[in-house]
Amino acid sequence: MTIGDIKETLGAKLIVGEEWMSREVHTACGSDMMSDVLAFMKDQSVLLTGLCNLQVIRTAEMMDIVCIVFVRGKMPDGAMIEMAKQKEIALLSTGHRMFSACGMLYEKGLRGGAPYR
Amino acid sequence: MKDTEDKITLFYKIPGNDFTRAGEASSNVKSKLKMMGVRPDIVRKVAIAMYEGEINMVIHASGGTIEVIISPEEIEMILKDQGPGIEDIELAMTAGYSTAPDNIRNLGFGAGMGLPNMKKYTDEMSVESQVGIGTTVTMKVKII
Repeated sequence: MTIGDIKETLGAKLIVGEEWMSREVHTACGSDMMSDVLAFMKDQSVLLTGLCNLQVIRTAEMMDIVCIVFVRGKMPDGAMIEMAKQKEIALLSTGHRMFSACGMLYEKGLRGGAPYR
Repeated sequence: MKDTEDKITLFYKIPGNDFTRAGEASSNVKSKLKMMGVRPDIVRKVAIAMYEGEINMVIHASGGTIEVIISPEEIEMILKDQGPGIEDIELAMTAGYSTAPDNIRNLGFGAGMGLPNMKKYTDEMSVESQVGIGTTVTMKVKII
């Protein structure tokens, strides 16, 4: 699945990353707690979150996350957009709630990785 | 930055009063390691472990200092603060245990995963702490 596919599936608004729409996404993670996101290292992930502050972009940067989807219509501020551009992280915003947004992507074949042991 | 024969030392002062700036030092270390050509999975481990430590310093200890020593064999991070100290280190290391206030949880942290994550992503980790004096966390990630 590409970032463009995620945008289309969720009917999301593109905020940052027009040029990265063809980048591949292999796994997904949905959480509002950044330490939970940081607990599972994945490759080329998308992060779905209802949290909307600068530390979301920082967390994505540390994890090499390629795309962040803000759920429930949340919109990042100017500082977040600036940092995302700099770190080459695509930003999308969807009106869907977390559960629905995750489900829609799951239905399209995106998975979250191995269960916690 | 000071360089000796085969070691590079980076030093950061972490401001304690500004949550929005938390992570700048870790971001800087990440870019430097990338530029040095360190393997991406190792860069990521160091970045995550240091970022969690940096966030902890801002949340609990009004900032502190971080020294990063890069050698051909390993990357060592020494995080020092003069915060309140940790009463029970074993308890603090338990996944899910947190003393962070609610306003921090609203910012996406304080899930009690910071120290466990730091341990998870490093090859060696030690925590020394004295209540009322401060905490020093030393972490090592092996390159070879």
